[in-house]
Amino acid sequence: MRSYLFPEFQIFRDESACNQCRGCERQCAFGTHIYDPVADRMVTNEKLCSGCQRCAIFCPKNALVVRPTPPYYRPNEAWTREKIDDLKKQAETGGVLLSGCGSDKPLRIYWDNIVLNASQVTNPSIDPLREPMELRTFLGRKPDLLEIDDCGEISTELGPNITIEAPILFSAMSYGAISYQAFNSLAMAAREFGTLFNTGEGGLPRDMRAEFGRYATVQVASGRFGIDAEYLNCARAIEIKVGQGAKPGIGGHLPAEKVSSKVAATRMIPEGTDAISPAPHHDIYSIEDLSMLIYALKEATNYELPISVKVAAVHNIAAIASGIVRAGADIVAIDGMRGGTGAAPKAIRDNVGIPIELALSAVDRRLREEGVRSRCTIIAGGGIRCSSDVIKAIALGADAVYIGTAALIAMGCTLCQKCYTGKCNWGICTQDPRLAGRLDTRIASQRLVNLLTAWSHEIKEMLGGMGINAIESLRGNRDHLRGVGLYEWELDVLGVKGAGE
Amino acid sequence: MEAQLIDCGTAGPALNAVKSWRVGEVEIDATGMPSKELNNLLRNCMLNGTRHFLLKNICGQRYIGTRLFGLMIPLDIEIVGTPGNDLGAFLSGHRIMVHGNVQDGVGNTMDDGEITVQGRAGDVLGMSMRGGKIFVKEDVGYRTALHMKEYMDKKPVLVIGGTSQDFLGEYMAGGIVILLGLGGKPHLANYIGTGMHGGVIYLRGDLMPSQLGQEVEISPLDEEDRAILDRYVGEFLDRFPEIGMCKEEISEGNMIKISPISKRPYGKIYAY
Repeated sequence: MRSYLFPEFQIFRDESACNQCRGCERQCAFGTHIYDPVADRMVTNEKLCSGCQRCAIFCPKNALVVRPTPPYYRPNEAWTREKIDDLKKQAETGGVLLSGCGSDKPLRIYWDNIVLNASQVTNPSIDPLREPMELRTFLGRKPDLLEIDDCGEISTELGPNITIEAPILFSAMSYGAISYQAFNSLAMAAREFGTLFNTGEGGLPRDMRAEFGRYATVQVASGRFGIDAEYLNCARAIEIKVGQGAKPGIGGHLPAEKVSSKVAATRMIPEGTDAISPAPHHDIYSIEDLSMLIYALKEATNYELPISVKVAAVHNIAAIASGIVRAGADIVAIDGMRGGTGAAPKAIRDNVGIPIELALSAVDRRLREEGVRSRCTIIAGGGIRCSSDVIKAIALGADAVYIGTAALIAMGCTLCQKCYTGKCNWGICTQDPRLAGRLDTRIASQRLVNLLTAWSHEIKEMLGGMGINAIESLRGNRDHLRGVGLYEWELDVLGVKGAGE
Repeated sequence: MEAQLIDCGTAGPALNAVKSWRVGEVEIDATGMPSKELNNLLRNCMLNGTRHFLLKNICGQRYIGTRLFGLMIPLDIEIVGTPGNDLGAFLSGHRIMVHGNVQDGVGNTMDDGEITVQGRAGDVLGMSMRGGKIFVKEDVGYRTALHMKEYMDKKPVLVIGGTSQDFLGEYMAGGIVILLGLGGKPHLANYIGTGMHGGVIYLRGDLMPSQLGQEVEISPLDEEDRAILDRYVGEFLDRFPEIGMCKEEISEGNMIKISPISKRPYGKIYAY
């Protein structure tokens, strides 16, 4: 069947600069560039281009420009180009539209409508270059009160807590979804910086357990892949994945093409089968059942690790979070609807869930009202793009944030959204050894550490400006936030005053 | 022989519940003991050299066996009573024998070992188990063997003397499930093997095609199937000699083999 689709990208080649080195041909796993030996020139098939910019960045002559095609169709606000093209694609295949990365739709990004405070005259700001600033964060259950015995020792029984150097963790990305090199880079960066990476539900390769287990949050998801006593006990924390912001309410299929022998070994499933994660955990149909799994995992690790429960931000998230805390979770991780993914049905990615800012504020407020906020740590994820997003999240009630997409971009990702094809030219979201080998783990992990270091400096600057010297003092401190251009109900949910008030 | 109180690293009333008749063996009276306390006790006993446990008056205590990880020595745990949910969850190689019925989630994500139940089992028996064996003398509940897996030499085996409720083998990705239908009850389960993409279910008795999920098919038994059945039915009968049947009598019945049509039931629903 002839496809009626237009190419998404145009490729301009400066023929006077191009010396037919065929670098672009080697770089592109989609087969966009082909050398024509008869004409001795490069020819391009734009229809295959994902727009990942790999060829343009690596062209030694800077001869390539790749940019989105202008809309070909008659302008139409209702039937946009994307709607028309998606429809054609489905008419041609009869399939569910897949996409990678987080939603790119213009839903309001509340971070951009919230501004921060700074000290002027009445209280001094602090210069973080000259004065100590505390970003260290503790993850886990905190006691309601601390009792000290006669010898000056703490007599209250304390739950396990984890120390991280800044309130930023790498969110769950499984080995299988991303390459071993990308996975390893996250682990190396977590170790160097002093934070945690998250295995997702793809298991933790045995050769990494001794070295990186102490920097890992290991996931237990509905597929229960790669789980045994050693996997659970080598880690620093365990996360029960109930939902994910990019695809709340549905499971996942890692296609057989991505289940290489090493991925199969890590997940402990036969090579070449689809790794299917069911939509729900079939042993969790209620808060009581969730509690049962939380305590099963505490039992399986001798009560030495904090247990996190990750859910997607959806309607009634505050009540859900309250249930999770009461079920015994030490950490509640909430993933907003702009959270990334290796593959999700586009209809779900773009339409299901709620933005993290609203969810986070609602959860923090509800847990405070119910007097259970200190029983858990809140981690917010799904659309954290920069240090100011982090600091706003903390002021809205998060203890720490998860970054996924930001970490991938630091390693080279350009958000071309073709993760599900397994042909990532940047070596991140692929199991093809030739492509994955492009990602140098030393360089990638250095880029990740640089990112965390830069954000930490910026967070300290902003904290100092507010006259605060410890991140702990900003937690849930909405007085330092004001809304701009928001409706009354939005300000209410955020618990934030309008600017000028 | 007089019982010895042994040091199991636990103070308080729990200590009085522990008796040791021989070196490496303890007997615990679990009357009124909360799950966490019991499992503390089991772990401490294990670390102090206990290899054989006899747990009496068990009534609803959860996660028995779960905290006994790390030693790499298989332990024997004999239970009298009714253990609570998640018996043997994440079990790593121990042998559990239950004189009684069991509740939900038995063998959840079990890695290795053996659980024998001289009675009935509740829902989600053997969910996501990846190794080891479970033998249940009578019937089992809903969603049995859900997403059971296998990997290399790890191949879980579940043998059930009676029958099962709906969603048997849902999402099953590996392993062997055998349903013997010995209690005389017909198999009434629906949605058998829904989403199944690996492993095999053998069912003795009759089924309507409508009881099967869309992703599975019935096929005749071959020599390999007969050998599998011969081995595991034999092991089942060894554990429950009181059933009073021999392998031949059982294999005379109508055996149905249920296996997935495709390893990739959902491979073609997406537009790339």
